[in-house]
Amino acid sequence: MSTDSPRTLFEKIWSEHVVVEETADTPAVLYIDLHLIHEVTTPQAFSLLREKGLPVRRPGLTLATMDHSTPTTPVSSFKDLEIVGEGAAKQVLRMEQNCRDFGLELLGFDSGLRGIVHVIGPELGATQPGKTIVCGDSHTSTHGAFGALAFGIGTTEVGHVLATQCLLQRKPKTLLIEVAGRLRPGVSAKDVILATIGQIGVDGGTGHVIEYRGVPISAMDMEARMTICNMSIEAGARAGMIAPDDTTFEYLEGRPRAPAGADWERAIARWRALPSDDEATFDRTVTVDADRLEPMVTFGTNPGMVVPISAPVPGDGDASFRKSLEYMQVAPNKPLTDTRVDVVFVGSCTNSRLSDLKQAAAILEGRTIASGVRMLVVPGSQQVKKAAEELGLDQIFRAAGAEWRESGCSMCLGMNGDTVPAGQLCVSTSNRNFEGRQGKGARTILASPLTAAASAVEGRVADPRRYLE
Amino acid sequence: MNPVEPLKTVQSRTVVLAVADVDTDQIIPARFLTTTSREGLGAKLFHDWRYLPDGAPNPDFVLNQPAANGCRILVADRNFGCGSSREHAPWALTDYGFRAVVSSEIADIFRSNALKNGLLPIIVDADTLAWLLEHPGVEVTIDVAASTLSLPNGSVVSYPIDAFSRYCLLEGIDQLGYLRKHDNEIRRFEESRSWTP
Ligand code: SF4
Repeated sequence: MSTDSPRTLFEKIWSEHVVVEETADTPAVLYIDLHLIHEVTTPQAFSLLREKGLPVRRPGLTLATMDHSTPTTPVSSFKDLEIVGEGAAKQVLRMEQNCRDFGLELLGFDSGLRGIVHVIGPELGATQPGKTIVCGDSHTSTHGAFGALAFGIGTTEVGHVLATQCLLQRKPKTLLIEVAGRLRPGVSAKDVILATIGQIGVDGGTGHVIEYRGVPISAMDMEARMTICNMSIEAGARAGMIAPDDTTFEYLEGRPRAPAGADWERAIARWRALPSDDEATFDRTVTVDADRLEPMVTFGTNPGMVVPISAPVPGDGDASFRKSLEYMQVAPNKPLTDTRVDVVFVGSCTNSRLSDLKQAAAILEGRTIASGVRMLVVPGSQQVKKAAEELGLDQIFRAAGAEWRESGCSMCLGMNGDTVPAGQLCVSTSNRNFEGRQGKGARTILASPLTAAASAVEGRVADPRRYLE
Repeated sequence: MNPVEPLKTVQSRTVVLAVADVDTDQIIPARFLTTTSREGLGAKLFHDWRYLPDGAPNPDFVLNQPAANGCRILVADRNFGCGSSREHAPWALTDYGFRAVVSSEIADIFRSNALKNGLLPIIVDADTLAWLLEHPGVEVTIDVAASTLSLPNGSVVSYPIDAFSRYCLLEGIDQLGYLRKHDNEIRRFEESRSWTP
């Protein structure tokens, strides 16, 4: 294809990173600009490098942190980690060892820059428009908010990138999601993406890279855009992307790993050429009507099982649908509002950045959470934690009766000891409501930080809009 | 990770899991991911469906039924393997003994991971899947070279597979070795870029 023919944002980044073109018989060799790694999906990849006697090819393009198995209760040393779980402690120690042995900088346990891998990449300015970014983690799609091509890979592929800085890839298809209209008050990025997944289905994006577009998307700040791209994988998509614009550049300017000086000017010029050309075509297009959206809540055991908060849960479906409702102990044909809530979790790479915490705090300020409800607020990174504390948000959460924690994945997947007890219902700002995701037998309702905070106050699934007068 | 064993055919009775959207948290719950090796995960495969709260096998779960013994092909309803990128999911399935998963749709990352671990992700049309779901335990044969699935009702169904992945499976090729052969091209690419990441 000539470079003059109209191309999408995805196609521009893809073609710029092809080292060897794909053929009918062989996939493309694609160059990776940024490799994010964490403790859970890398040990076996490092073992492979050791077995083969290979070094990490480009340590400078690798950014390592620990987030999944780390405790969010303040612990002062690795010795305390043993309490959390022997396996988790071993994984964390192994990560330290691997980074030492292979010469990788680790934003480790003692680093003030540590955090959920998808929160710190952007925060440090390492995530930039036009880059190819991968991580052994499906929510790598988050970084697409900057106009990067970012996707999750398995551990074998982590080994490929460590050893060669490249991946073998077939070119995916493109899907344009046009968000039309205007968002009403109380409706946030989380509600937009939940509604989108509900509309296209949890397999609606399979084989595709999504580009999100439209007035509400352009109006969003970077943190909201990250929430949107983050959950692309919940629609089955390879990646989600948003064209870079002035909002993107303002966010990045001055961040430690962003280009500076003359490099910054050159970078901006390059980034301005990235958005999809007007005439570029997509393999598929879907329109999401923003005008009609309400705060959204999931009622089942996958993120596509979602309803507007005032709407009833659907009445009937197939066997999988019925199994799901049974697990959730949710009644069909009735809205979820008034369902009793045991736990509220504000956190995860979907909704743990400063703006998310501010939204939850706005509702909790001067209020207390209902008795019998446990609320956990887990900032996405140590830097988010610090910024929130400077604004006094921690005081608001504590005064309301919530727990204020160290950063990490925490109750999003319950690997570090932060779990929802069996049978209990959790309103969570995370991204997956799979059976047992937050702990064995745990029941999860996914929602926005606003809805989560309102639900904590009322002790039942609650519409946040009445708090926003 | 040892070079993958060549995989040419799989002939086995099927185990049927008539559930849609089976996610990787069901295949292998997160609390078992605190491992630093890939061995032994088969014991945790489908853990929370397979075992009762007291740890005893759940007699209602299909893998605990005698007919499941020795089966190497898992049939599941649409959209198998959605959710996280954990390669522990295919590791758990192969460690248990499965060599193929058949569904009408298989999530992208799971599919890519499976192909790198000698687990065949077989995507069939909705009618074929419906037939397989209705006939648990039938003997089927997968011919990797021909990319076909032969059913006992006489039908032979082709399934899509990338030519390169098929070649690697048939020959037991290590994809990292293949990538490393492109070292010169990678070096040239790095040298010729107009900007450095
Ligand atoms: S917060 Fe949850 S979804 Fe995000 S990286 Fe951590 S475990 Fe994965």
